[in-house]
Amino acid sequence: MLISQILKNDRGGQIMLAVLAAVLLVVPVLNLVVSNTSPLHVPTYLVTLMGKYLTYALLAVAVDLVWGYLGILSLGHGAFFALGGYVMGMYLMRQIGDRGVYGNPELPDFMVFLNWKVLPWFWQGFDMFWFALLMVLFIPSLLAFVFGWLAFRSRVTGVYLSIMTQAMTYALMWAFLRNEMGFGGNNGLTDFKDILGFSLQSDYTRVALFICSGLALAIGYLLCRYVINSKLGRITVAIRDAESRTRFVGYKVEHYKVWIFTFSAMLAGVAGALYVPQVGIINPSEFSPLNSIEIVIWVAMGGRATLYGAVLGAILVNYAKTVFTGLMPESWLFMLGALFVLVTLYLPQGLAGLWNTLKTNFGRKREVAA
Amino acid sequence: MSEGEGAHFYRQGALDTSHKAILYLEDLNVSFDGFKAINNLTLYIDAGELRCIIGPNGAGKTTMMDIITGKTKPDSGKAFFGQTIDLLKLSEPEIANAGIGRKFQKPTVFESHSVAENLELAMKGDKRVWFSLRAQLNGEQQALIDETLQTIGLSEQYHKLAGALSHGQKQWLEIGMLLVQKPYLLLVDEPVAGMTHQEMDRTAELLKSLAGKHSVVVVEHDMEFVRSIANKVTVLHQGSVLAEGTMDEVQQNPRVVEVYLGE
Ligand SMILES: Nc1ncnc2c1ncn2[C@@H]1O[C@H](COP(=O)(O)OP(=O)(O)OP(=O)(O)O)[C@@H](O)[C@H]1O
Ligand SMILES: [Mg+2]
Repeated sequence: MLISQILKNDRGGQIMLAVLAAVLLVVPVLNLVVSNTSPLHVPTYLVTLMGKYLTYALLAVAVDLVWGYLGILSLGHGAFFALGGYVMGMYLMRQIGDRGVYGNPELPDFMVFLNWKVLPWFWQGFDMFWFALLMVLFIPSLLAFVFGWLAFRSRVTGVYLSIMTQAMTYALMWAFLRNEMGFGGNNGLTDFKDILGFSLQSDYTRVALFICSGLALAIGYLLCRYVINSKLGRITVAIRDAESRTRFVGYKVEHYKVWIFTFSAMLAGVAGALYVPQVGIINPSEFSPLNSIEIVIWVAMGGRATLYGAVLGAILVNYAKTVFTGLMPESWLFMLGALFVLVTLYLPQGLAGLWNTLKTNFGRKREVAA
Repeated sequence: MSEGEGAHFYRQGALDTSHKAILYLEDLNVSFDGFKAINNLTLYIDAGELRCIIGPNGAGKTTMMDIITGKTKPDSGKAFFGQTIDLLKLSEPEIANAGIGRKFQKPTVFESHSVAENLELAMKGDKRVWFSLRAQLNGEQQALIDETLQTIGLSEQYHKLAGALSHGQKQWLEIGMLLVQKPYLLLVDEPVAGMTHQEMDRTAELLKSLAGKHSVVVVEHDMEFVRSIANKVTVLHQGSVLAEGTMDEVQQNPRVVEVYLGE
């Protein structure tokens, strides 16, 4: 009903979500039920790897919303992802309890190591899962709101805005590298034991996290599509195409930009929060400017302003990354660069665009034949 | 940062045209890197009037519209909408919502939206973000879109992308966008550029029918067109008013003749 309404004119989205649903149903069975001697068995590390890809896909959808539909090239979305990850990391640290190396029931290991006596105020409450979840939604969007409010009100656009977003994530990286910040410095947060009392090593927990990542992607996708289908979405595209014209018909462009930017950051934060328990660590390298640029490349590869293209791009590029870093660790960055140049030159609409071109060409041939 | 300050009268609602004029421009000055594009410009437009503004290239006609609609802030001077609304204190969207609509010299429509969607976006109504998320066209608004498409002759192009329209059709669509905004004051910059004679006649017809209920300011180079619609013509030259009067008066004014022949 509601879902089919949202996906009415979105063929790509229908296919993507159908495949996703199938994967979410089949993979858990192949992991948990099928015996591990069977060739059909999916090992747990693969389940987790796919779960990680799904969080990247959600991150890419968030970036496509601001870049593809609003026309803001954010080179700082990695920061929102990382913040969501840190929030989840804080909860997971508190879950360790007295099982740390120092056995302190109140303080995470790195704080004991720094000789801290009490838990800092900003760590309070993170032992409660519901509170951590609220913060996952709240912290990244607060940063996006403040940043957007300042930048969009002073009408910073284009390259300048992109540079500011890079600067933002770069500054955060340096801040989180400092031990005094209270987030574990260079090492970040790690050695997690369980989530909601379930061991992170267990296959069941892994599969549950994988399913949650898939559901988050599906919900995030549908929410974005709902926004884009609404009048708000049409105004968003109008701002992308003719910003000042949009002002002259009476829309406060800044408000729209802040809204979309904040919403997108919230999705990125959720992706980060699901990423961390699966990879088992969050550290300042997640804020690295390069990470944010990579996200943009996924979206460009998949095809801007399609949403499902972002999902496709994120998964394919990261799969390629896993394969190539396994084969030739040094060469990946060059590969990525080359791939990006090729796509910009020959596939300006990305893979989604290629699909559309093929479809229309094929359709035309059939018409001619008929 | 002063956005919205001093705008309390606007929030109270009504546009006050009790002293006949709807637009007051007084002693406006604008310079771009030392070049005076607008020079002590003083101009009044009456409520319900249709005024044509002519002048050679670079006279400052478009810049004047930029000031009225909040795109350019003048170095000095005053711009009031009715008795009470200080345009210089409002942002572009606030001015648009106060009731000033504008058609640009270079037609600008939302190219990746359909013709009907262009009208939907321009339509008068609640333009806040959360409202837009839930907004649906009601019967009345749908009727207004259909009716406007009829008026601008684009009913057949309902679903067509605006970017795929011809130059003349884009001009019409932009006029349609102006109409659904239901402004009190319409600023129309070179509406007939790129139109055929037939289309020009229809535009003249339309603009004349708008006057009375609305106030209309038309900037146009095509003298024949201006003659066909104008009661009163203002000639701008080097950023200030050179002459004002009926078309005949203006054309016989020796200073105007000099400016136009001197080109
Ligand atoms: N943003 C700007 N920066 C610098 N100069 C400008 C700017 N806008 C306008 N000008 C200059 O101000 C002068 C007035 O321009 P304006 O566009 O108002 O003229 P116009 O009367 O509309 O001319 P036309 O009939 O050619 O449209 C021109 O010399 C123009 O080059
Ligand atoms: Mg002009």
